[in-house]
Amino acid sequence: MADVTFTVDGKKLTAPAGMLLIDACRKAGIEIPAFCYYPGLSLQAACRMCVVRQEKVPKLQTACTTTVAEGQVFTTESPEIAQARKATIELLLGNHPLDCPVCDAGGECELQDMTFKYGAGESLYTEAKAHRDEQQWSPAVYYDRPRCILCYRCVRMCGEGMDVWALGVQNRGVVSVIAPNDVAADGQTGQLDCEQCGMCIDVCPVGALTSGSYRYKTRPWEMKHVSTVCTHCADGCKVTLGVRQVNDGSEIVRADNRDKSGINNDFLCAKGRFGFDFVESAERLSKPLVRNAAGNLEPATWEYALRVAGSKLKEIRDARGGSAIGVIGSNSTTNEENYLLQKFARTVLHTNNIDHERTADYAAFARALAGHKDKAASLRDIATAPAILLAGGDPTEEHPLLAWELRTNVRLNRARLYIANSKPIKLERQARAVQGLPPNGYKDLTAILDRGESDFAKAVMAEESLVMIFGQEFRGEGVEALVAWGLNRGNVRFAYLGDHSNSRGAADMGLFPALLPGYVPVSEPGAFAEYPDLPQTPGKSLGEMFLAAGNRELSALLVVGANPVAKPGVNPADLKNTFVIVQDIFLTETAALADVVLPAASLYEKSGTVTNTFGDVQLVKKAADRAGVKPDFEILVRLAGSMGVDVRALVPFGKGGVTADLGQSRGAQSGEADRHAVWLESNNLEPKFSPFDPLATLDEIARLVPGYQLDRINLFGGNDVRTEPGFVPVSALAVSTGDTVAPAHDTLFTSSTLGRYSTALNELQRHQAREMTESAAD
Amino acid sequence: MPRLVSHPDEVKVVSQRFGLGAANIDRYIELGGYAATKKCLEQGPEWIIEEMKASSLRGRGGAGFPTGLKWSFVPKQSAKPKYVLVNGDESEPGTCKDHLIFLHDPHAVIEGTIIAGLAIGAKTGFIYLRGEYRYLLEIMDKAVADAYDKGFLGRNIFGSDTEFQIITQSGAGAYEVGEESALMESLEGKRGIPRIKPPFPAVVGLYGGPTVINNAETIATVPHIIDMGGAAFAAIGSARNGGTRLFSISGHVQRPGVYELPMGYNLKKMIYEVGGGIRGGRKLKAVVPGGSSTPVLLPEEIENLGMDFDQVGKAGSMLGSGGVVVIDDQTCIVEFALRTISFYQHESCGWCIPCREGTDWLKKSLTRFHAGYGVAKDIDNIQYLAENMLGRTFCPLGDAAAMPTIGFVKKFRKEFEEHLNGKPCPFAKHVELAVV
Repeated sequence: MADVTFTVDGKKLTAPAGMLLIDACRKAGIEIPAFCYYPGLSLQAACRMCVVRQEKVPKLQTACTTTVAEGQVFTTESPEIAQARKATIELLLGNHPLDCPVCDAGGECELQDMTFKYGAGESLYTEAKAHRDEQQWSPAVYYDRPRCILCYRCVRMCGEGMDVWALGVQNRGVVSVIAPNDVAADGQTGQLDCEQCGMCIDVCPVGALTSGSYRYKTRPWEMKHVSTVCTHCADGCKVTLGVRQVNDGSEIVRADNRDKSGINNDFLCAKGRFGFDFVESAERLSKPLVRNAAGNLEPATWEYALRVAGSKLKEIRDARGGSAIGVIGSNSTTNEENYLLQKFARTVLHTNNIDHERTADYAAFARALAGHKDKAASLRDIATAPAILLAGGDPTEEHPLLAWELRTNVRLNRARLYIANSKPIKLERQARAVQGLPPNGYKDLTAILDRGESDFAKAVMAEESLVMIFGQEFRGEGVEALVAWGLNRGNVRFAYLGDHSNSRGAADMGLFPALLPGYVPVSEPGAFAEYPDLPQTPGKSLGEMFLAAGNRELSALLVVGANPVAKPGVNPADLKNTFVIVQDIFLTETAALADVVLPAASLYEKSGTVTNTFGDVQLVKKAADRAGVKPDFEILVRLAGSMGVDVRALVPFGKGGVTADLGQSRGAQSGEADRHAVWLESNNLEPKFSPFDPLATLDEIARLVPGYQLDRINLFGGNDVRTEPGFVPVSALAVSTGDTVAPAHDTLFTSSTLGRYSTALNELQRHQAREMTESAAD
Repeated sequence: MPRLVSHPDEVKVVSQRFGLGAANIDRYIELGGYAATKKCLEQGPEWIIEEMKASSLRGRGGAGFPTGLKWSFVPKQSAKPKYVLVNGDESEPGTCKDHLIFLHDPHAVIEGTIIAGLAIGAKTGFIYLRGEYRYLLEIMDKAVADAYDKGFLGRNIFGSDTEFQIITQSGAGAYEVGEESALMESLEGKRGIPRIKPPFPAVVGLYGGPTVINNAETIATVPHIIDMGGAAFAAIGSARNGGTRLFSISGHVQRPGVYELPMGYNLKKMIYEVGGGIRGGRKLKAVVPGGSSTPVLLPEEIENLGMDFDQVGKAGSMLGSGGVVVIDDQTCIVEFALRTISFYQHESCGWCIPCREGTDWLKKSLTRFHAGYGVAKDIDNIQYLAENMLGRTFCPLGDAAAMPTIGFVKKFRKEFEEHLNGKPCPFAKHVELAVV
């Protein structure tokens, strides 16, 4: 639309014709108050707070429904307008309980703020207020009708935003109430049969909808707010954690994203919003455990536990060589920790026996995209793409943010979504065309498209550009064939769906027996040749390590933030003769078998970066604190220290740290001093002071790992910065082993091992099971 | 069946077939029915709209928008189907005219709907009756079925190649759906809540198609205008207010009922001659001229008041739906205000804050006030509340509640003051005191 110029409060403003006045004003820094208006949701014009005066129009107009046109003149603040707003607030306060001193929203309530601004300080009424008892709709959602101002944000968020439609309006007039979809026999109370995302609570401008996990826990001003990344699925939502000081550290009391930062704007799912409580689980490890002579795990000091672990690792390495040691890394630790872990394995333990629980075949994805720059789709690309083909996966369950972005893109931008799947999925409701496939039929998808016979194929082939998002149904050659088809077709970008908060980071950081960070083969290490004594033959995969342990060929196993013993097909008895060290937050099935257990900090208790499944890198900030635990980064550095290693070779901290002798291969460069210091200087960076500072490793990642040369202003500013998987030279690629990929199949209320320790998620699972039983009975 | 009334001053146009058995289609044809539709089929849409404009017929629902002009706003070309919608959700207290039309002359509504459809190029018409008019729906349904049987409705109406279908629908009991866009929501099966305007129904209406929505009386007038000619119809009424109107005279008159009188007919005459004067020899205290939502008028304000949209507007009230409510001197105005606001409080859809909360607080305040628990500042508060609803609500229902309230307080402040400080209602013998 062409720009038009109009006048607001005497100021000339310019905005595209047809833009809503309230948006145009907000863009120009003129705040117009509104309860019912919510960007991205349908218009209501119900609260009448945004009234403004338009020249030559007899009545006050609502800014949320007035579109701007050339030459219009508006007044947004005047005694007349202030009086109108004050009168509206007076009416709202008439029945409002004014229980602000105990209300969750007290202190961050839009009704309070507007009362403060427009000053409806005196009550006009002497009659009793209308009252209704509070209702609990689910473990997550409570509704207090007297506080409700009926702005219908929750109704629209649930319906339009989430496509769940679990909320509606019951009755009319002054006895109108918001009602949940599963209405009880009395017609008055009810339960929510929904996705429990809590978005309704989030958008509520007052304290009418409150959260089961947060209500009556704190005053908003007692919290500090830390913006970090959710630890549950692979979408990487920004989450603002509300943290409060308690006796044994600082406690997370709330999770939301009200600052609307990051790729998810204000979106969070049930896991992100309520599933943070695992950090407070009573089963949380808070002391190192060492197996005693009687064969039992008993609490020990950090010094003792690290000494036991370090000396045993050193002994085995020196006696049997690195090939007798295995390392299993994590899908939920930071990039820096994963990078450090593989460097520790390769340069300290001298082994390539390193792997992680692979949930998607990112190695195959990297290989397929090798040499093709800008072909990976970030989540922002997906959010604005005009056409999207979703092959496999069920984002509504497994990638709630992706599902939100797809729905929103279809709803607001009229994007065209195409779905190919072997089962019906909820997103089909937004799809332009759907192609059913047999469970093993994903390999035929490209042939179906090429034949162009079905309406689905015709529509997809007619698209000028396409983002192809594919699930874990595609592995190994399946990934390569699909990507090759797309590259050949042209104007296609790709995204691949994995499972956990940093599965992509684990893969990108080289937790592979044959691949270094950036999918660089160990046999042709390139820049990684600076690693001292890097073993250049591929090591054992996760499954092979367990087999080797069973055959007494693996004497030690270090497991960081993983629970491989809980995986199907893994035999715990294999570890009988192996010295096992586990770093974890809980005594998992794997930790229970360990000889040394080191209590680790969760993602909410540390700093670093993570990479979501779309390759968007984001900053993780330490929010909570817990006595006794340490971040995996620190544990690894101290473990190396306890082995007598010069940790400067591991973490480039301080001055004059790393000297990389490249030996014969580089001739004249032999004995070159401190490549890291040279890099820091050329990038105008200072060396970090602490060996426990993950940023020192981030510097090294930026220096060595292809695709991770990240824009620091954006990264440290809390934005998502995209990385590329397609950076590896084609010649240097190893063969992938897609058969070791095992998707987690987490749902809306499960989060693998982590979710088991979340009371909130367990309650939601029970609630959902009850709702399903009831609806089956109906 | 309610008794029909009549008066020599009446000019029977719309009501000319009342009481003559015209609900029977053969009788209706015998009385000249369906000739207008045939004529329109021959003359075509432009001619119809010109006749309608010439008639200066203004919408009988209450707003008084010129009907011909409204029809001319509908775009000729439309990707979506166009619709004609008959608003038979007659719910304004004091108004009972459409009721008689459905009862006595359902085919006039059908004919008017077909003609409107021909004028705008619609193939479908909906006749929406208020929920409480279920027994009239049976009459309407029978009439529609008879019209189909005769071939007046269907794929080839009157043997032409023009299609027109009519679907009847009953409401579920909400005053709010008398508002045109709320009626469309209701018809589409949703909550009866008005839509944001623009777009207006002529552009985006029912199911997103261009829609003409008219009051049942307006529609029933159409065939008569076609029969007699627009200019002849206009000549009956006053300037810019063509024709006759069905006035529902109720309250404390000797002969209440629905009378068809020329637009501009003197209100005082309407009360004292047509309505037979105040019953029981009492005096006139006030009159509500156009249904309960219109501000009350005092006896001195109606001396020379002609009942058309412009004159009543000039007098500070509105002609509205033509529901004339006569109030005698034994009536407590505070109670009258309470009854009025109680209706709007009950009927407020609850969508917007000023109406939802405002009508409720007005009702609560007036209930307490009338019961003798009022204090001096209540009077100002009641006026303040109503004035702050006026013009601020999402739809006209808020205004409909605020306008009469303001009128009562302004014009009868003294009577409000007589209720103050624990004094019982001066008219207490009529009233059951509500206890707060």
